[in-house]
Amino acid sequence: MATATLNREQVTVTRQEIEEWLYAEAEMLDTWNLNEWLALFDEERGSFYIPATDAPYSDHNTALFLIADDMPKLKSRVAQLLSGVTWAENPQSRTRHMISNVRIKGWEDDMLIVKANFVVYRMRFQNIDPYIGEYTYKLLPRNGSFKIAERRAILDLEALRPHGKVSFIV
Amino acid sequence: MPDFGGNAAGLIIDDRESGIFRVHRSAFIDDDILKLERERIFDKSWLFAGHISEFPKPGDFITRNVGGRPIILVTSDDGEIRALMNTCRHRGNLVCREHKGSNAEVFRCFYHGWIYNTRGELKGIPGEEAYSEAFDRESLGLEPAPKMHNHRGCIFISFDPDMEDFESYMGPDALMVIDNTLNLGDMEFVEGHFKYSMRANWKLLVENSMDGYHAAFTHERFFTHWLPSMGLGGGGGPMTPQPTPPNDGKRRGAQPMGNGHVTTAWPTSDRPISGQASYLEKFAGAELEQFREGLVKKHGDENARMIEGRAGNYLIFPNLLIIDGWCVFRTFYPTSPDYMEISGWAAMPKEDSPGLRKARLDWYLGFQGPGGFATPDDVEGLEGCQMGFATHKEVEWSDISRGMKGNTKGGPTELQMRVFWREWEARLTTGQHAEYTGD
Repeated sequence: MATATLNREQVTVTRQEIEEWLYAEAEMLDTWNLNEWLALFDEERGSFYIPATDAPYSDHNTALFLIADDMPKLKSRVAQLLSGVTWAENPQSRTRHMISNVRIKGWEDDMLIVKANFVVYRMRFQNIDPYIGEYTYKLLPRNGSFKIAERRAILDLEALRPHGKVSFIV
Repeated sequence: MPDFGGNAAGLIIDDRESGIFRVHRSAFIDDDILKLERERIFDKSWLFAGHISEFPKPGDFITRNVGGRPIILVTSDDGEIRALMNTCRHRGNLVCREHKGSNAEVFRCFYHGWIYNTRGELKGIPGEEAYSEAFDRESLGLEPAPKMHNHRGCIFISFDPDMEDFESYMGPDALMVIDNTLNLGDMEFVEGHFKYSMRANWKLLVENSMDGYHAAFTHERFFTHWLPSMGLGGGGGPMTPQPTPPNDGKRRGAQPMGNGHVTTAWPTSDRPISGQASYLEKFAGAELEQFREGLVKKHGDENARMIEGRAGNYLIFPNLLIIDGWCVFRTFYPTSPDYMEISGWAAMPKEDSPGLRKARLDWYLGFQGPGGFATPDDVEGLEGCQMGFATHKEVEWSDISRGMKGNTKGGPTELQMRVFWREWEARLTTGQHAEYTGD
């Protein structure tokens, strides 16, 4: 079993714990339980990024991203998605987050680095559009679970064609 | 239903006297119309291809589709910018299959190993002795785009060898407005290119990119949620009546610029009141002041205000939209009547300090792009229009009459869309520019 140990705080994390946490997160997203999902983020450091498809490893301070949310923007995004006036998601898309190849990569300061592959299907107006890529999470162990310091979804798609938009949470 | 038989005549009702303007919905769904648009518009216009900052040094290149053709844009070893057709003269394979690269010395077709230098000259043919004396290697370089023009770093190409000069195609008004955009600084395309699409006709995005009327409704969340979450805006949105501008003879508001080019707002030296300016003032105030000082030093106070005030959203006919308040360059091309491929970039001044650049990017994402807080709702809306057009036999016409006969009551005009459609109709029916595109 893959584990990672943060010696300083003697935290041991197993892949199974991470997978269960990721599956719970995916369920929140697919059931549009977005306020619960928002609470997974660290109040100060929480952030969510999707780089442009042609610059997957760029820096949001200097490059154009599809999504580069700090906490005020992410809170606004969730409020908008639940407001009824985000027409791109009203009616809400059906989505299904499929997560695999979960890897614990070790610690970066106080953050556990986790990578996982994803395929997220979006069903809308008879179209099925798959969003394919890799997540990188920077997780802070808190009270036997985790808070998200950073959630980054790097798309393998060469273009959002024919997807057109990233209006839900990938 | 009138049977237009792929003929554009009669697809527009333009009654300036009564103040009625309608577009027949077959214009959005008909394969024959798209075929005509390709022949008479896209193949006979100056099309935006890219920006020099994307391939600044000798050996730098990008590849992309322009007007339906695969094109290489390259700075050659002699320092010249070239637009080359990306197809091997031998049997057709793409000679360059990367989206972007640096330090290229040659383009080598992997199919049979033919080698071209970065000027497009054919320099190597494996087993060249197999060809007869009539075979002329010199004439088999990569074919350049028939016309290319570099306007201050913006690269335009045309597939019509007899295309009129870029300056004459643009005309003085459109040149003035694009130069106002480019005067913001030493402009560059920021890393990160939005490549997306819509399941909708391309002309819907022309209309939408210049549509002031939809903003308060389609983008309600921007005004009621995003701006307040950033501590900005009263939530009034663009339907809030603007103070009557002073009667000083200056051009303001939506303006036809000739040849189908049109802006929603002619730039003026009125104090910048754009959302962009407010956002930057709030989040990078000191750095913006410093930037403004540089702008004033270079252009003088009045011109600096005009540059920073921007020009609203404007169309360089047929498919370049510059959304000045957000630094957006957007172009798109139809692959079928109900589907288009879209490219979006951010054009920003190299003079930006890191904090100002970050603020510009944040402002951009506050509205623009397929993951932004507004663009996805446009995608949704236009795809909905396209679905609605399946009723075109029963519901034949769309209405674009707002603000005709000089009516300024009741909010934004649709003049800018009529300008586009008038040029569109003239091109498809006569092959010439419209004589007059205004109301």
